[in-house]
Amino acid sequence: MTEQPEQNLRDQIAAAIRDNDVILFMKGTPEQPMCGFSARTSAALQSLPVEFAAVDVLPDPRIRQELSSLSNWPTIPQLFVRGELVGGADIVAEMYESGQLAEVLGVEGGGGPAPAAEEPSGPAPIQIENRLS
Amino acid sequence: MATAAEVKQRIEGGIEGASADVRSDDDVHFSARVTSPAFDGLSLVEQHRLVYSLFEEGELGGEIHALSLTTETP
Repeated sequence: MTEQPEQNLRDQIAAAIRDNDVILFMKGTPEQPMCGFSARTSAALQSLPVEFAAVDVLPDPRIRQELSSLSNWPTIPQLFVRGELVGGADIVAEMYESGQLAEVLGVEGGGGPAPAAEEPSGPAPIQIENRLS
Repeated sequence: MATAAEVKQRIEGGIEGASADVRSDDDVHFSARVTSPAFDGLSLVEQHRLVYSLFEEGELGGEIHALSLTTETP
């Protein structure tokens, strides 16, 4: 029996969420976000001392479909921490401002206005692992 | 195209005791502040899911490009 490609893709997404403590599904990459909401969310994460995996959902529309059906969350970005959906752009911004995001991530930082989503000027201090490509 | 009034009506009609302040400059990007006792005891993710559930699959990100949400209990 061969697996359906969609099932296989969903398994890969589930595995990526399981295997990466902090993983952000976004449009574009942290260096080159392709949507304002994804830009703001990755900027908030980049401003905290945490490594995160980032997956660009744009190359294949099935990634977004399968992710949304897996997470029961319709929009992008989506941030997962230790396998749990933390939220989309609004929740991440709200939690950043209240300091809760740093708390969930187990790091110091955050609180106050969320950082502006500007193109980083140098190499980003993060590790990107795209396990879905 | 949807209007802020339509989005407001959808949210207030779909969630018990909800009042929604919905704004849009272009009828495709919306921001909504929703207050409802129905959010009581729910996580933020669950609160947002409750609002998202009022929209058809593909509507968010489609006809409604973006719905920026703030949810709170009264």
